[in-house]
Amino acid sequence: MKRTLLAVLLCGTAISSAPASAADTDLAAIKAQLNALDHEYRAKIASLEARLKKAEADAKNAKVSATAAQVAANSSATAAQKTVAVAQAAPATEPSPSQTVLARTPTSANAFNPAIGVVLNGFFAASSRDTDNQPIRGFVLGDEAGLVPRGFSLGESEVNFAANIDPYFTGQLVLSISNSGAANVEEAYIATSGLGGGFTVKAGRFLSAIGYLNEHHAHQWSFSDASLPYRAFLGGQLGDDGVQVKWLAPTDIFLEFGAEWLRGDSFPAGNGANEGKGSVTAFVHAGDDIDDSSNWLAGLSYLHTRADDRNTDGDIFNGTDDIGIASLIYKWAPGGNPTQRNLALSGEFFLGRERGSFDGMPVDLLRSGGYVQGVYQFMPRWSLGLRYAQVTPDDVPAALTGSALDDFGHTPRATTALLEFDTTEFGRFRLQYTHDQSDLKPNDEILFQYTVTYGAHGAHRY
Amino acid sequence: MRKSIIGATFLMLAGIAPAYANLNVFACEPEWGALSSEIGGDKVSIYTATTGGQDPHLIQARPSLIAKMRNADILVCTGAELEIGWLPMLESQASNAKIQSGAPGAFFATNFVNLLEAPAALDRAQGDIHAAGNPHIQTDPRRILAVAKPLADRFAELDPANAAIYASRLADFTARFQAAIAKWQAKAAPLRGTPIAVQHLSWVYMEDWLGLRRIIPLEPKPGVPPSSGYLAQVVETLQKTPAKMVIHAAYEDERPSQFISEKIGIPAVTLPFTVGGTDQAKDLFSLYDDTIDRLLAGAKGKS
Repeated sequence: MKRTLLAVLLCGTAISSAPASAADTDLAAIKAQLNALDHEYRAKIASLEARLKKAEADAKNAKVSATAAQVAANSSATAAQKTVAVAQAAPATEPSPSQTVLARTPTSANAFNPAIGVVLNGFFAASSRDTDNQPIRGFVLGDEAGLVPRGFSLGESEVNFAANIDPYFTGQLVLSISNSGAANVEEAYIATSGLGGGFTVKAGRFLSAIGYLNEHHAHQWSFSDASLPYRAFLGGQLGDDGVQVKWLAPTDIFLEFGAEWLRGDSFPAGNGANEGKGSVTAFVHAGDDIDDSSNWLAGLSYLHTRADDRNTDGDIFNGTDDIGIASLIYKWAPGGNPTQRNLALSGEFFLGRERGSFDGMPVDLLRSGGYVQGVYQFMPRWSLGLRYAQVTPDDVPAALTGSALDDFGHTPRATTALLEFDTTEFGRFRLQYTHDQSDLKPNDEILFQYTVTYGAHGAHRY
Repeated sequence: MRKSIIGATFLMLAGIAPAYANLNVFACEPEWGALSSEIGGDKVSIYTATTGGQDPHLIQARPSLIAKMRNADILVCTGAELEIGWLPMLESQASNAKIQSGAPGAFFATNFVNLLEAPAALDRAQGDIHAAGNPHIQTDPRRILAVAKPLADRFAELDPANAAIYASRLADFTARFQAAIAKWQAKAAPLRGTPIAVQHLSWVYMEDWLGLRRIIPLEPKPGVPPSSGYLAQVVETLQKTPAKMVIHAAYEDERPSQFISEKIGIPAVTLPFTVGGTDQAKDLFSLYDDTIDRLLAGAKGKS
């Protein structure tokens, strides 16, 4: 609004007789230019006057007139430059574009519609063993930690709506529709847009800022699926209802501290323990440039959750989980220009302790895991990726031998290779191969995936 | 020297204590960093987020940029969706009320010039088009000049203590730049009407300024890299309608231009595109000096 006013003022000062409305001002400006050019460009003038008449006729309708006047103004500006070309002696600044600046006024009620974006993705999977209910030995899995089913399947479709609510808040709604057709509110939050002092407060349902990949939506991941530690420790991804406070330090390097207080419905929590405030997180992120070509981001995160009768495929758990995550990301692009070639290396390490009762038996498990991955875009549109992931279970009490928590002496791990082709930044095709040893017998899996985004142009997270 | 004396005089006349607090400027592209420096002098401290070697459409929202934006008093950016892939992410993460869109600290240069090539219909099947029009306004110095005054006004609004300095620096810059524009136009007069091929549609304002005639872009759609099939079509077009040279920005992959250059036998000309794009383009003045030198050399058949 303020900018619009400024633009109107500029118009006003540029023309000595300042009429009441922006549209009138524009018309006056065009008329003045037409007069000046009249004797040299009669043919041009005729067409411009026709447009001008049309614009005048439509003047009551602000939207139509603004558009037409802009077209006319652009044409007359071009004509004026041609005059300069012929005359060769014209002053250097003519035509001064600032004198023909038009107020860009959104006049339709729909102009306030939120930015709407859609993400579609689909899979074709082939694997040597059935991926349905494939376990990660030594871990129970949350609802969304499963693998892509064999054959053709629709991945999660996502619709997101984002807008500024007022000068103080922004809102974001992300609906995801699973391939069975069930719609799910993936994120729905409000966030402060400029609280000052480096603080941001977010409330609602959101993806937690712990770790590195957790806050990224699945379609923003560098690989087609979540890595083993994310699946084993966080059920794929931690998103829950609650509040988040972040503080960005006023330092030259990026240094951010944050904490979240969450309901505790999302794995490894369960059933909103502690009267619906069962999980807390704390995190610190730091990052900087090394030189023009390379930069880094590091993070330390802590998650504490409680579970009340958490049910995973019939296994009931009561107790707490404490998980620490260390993350390190390094990105390189020659001269900071990632369009030709770029490299992204990342790794995260998880350490988790689960204490409580599992199917009535006391457990105290200290488990760890991690992944390292690299994705290299070797030429425009084409990338290669490699990922190794592993989780290390703990020994279980004798009474739980043979249960889901028993690792059978096995260390689950998986190696993944990726080939990606992007049509544009909005269209992406992937071929991914995984040698998956999360179960006792290895599984070889090939995934084809397409992911497209359309609608509002979302900005990309680091 | 003279500038600083004038500035000091203004300060004394106005009876204002010398301002110690500088305006922190976050310039999205080097041309706006350079313009901020011309207008602000030592009253502003400038962080330029991108270099002449980078594609301003595709910048990673790196942690360092978030940190720099958190401490900025003003963003000086192109706008018109040029930075849409990264700037909103920085703004939302920087939690800085001063630079949120709509605040006086959010300055978008394209709001102060008329944009050309606004698409009639918005459809991404047409490639990476910008709804408001072509954002690459810095290829025409007259449009830089059109941004100078609003920028000086904005500096003055945010830092009233130094308003007189910004005004006098603006007057000084305007005079020098107008003289330079007249010089460039005279020097570039032989280029008027020269047919050119362009790699990306980055040059419409320069074409408009110098009267260059664009025959064909090497990209089938904006932002879509050319296939060999499409380049063959370009060759065919250029055989029927010859161009004098094929131009591309320093940050772009030069291979499509080189391919056309070799096929047709016209020079491929690398232009700085912005300050820092070439070694010679050190500021807003040498940017156009170098651009015109390179175009003139290209028109003579040298690359």
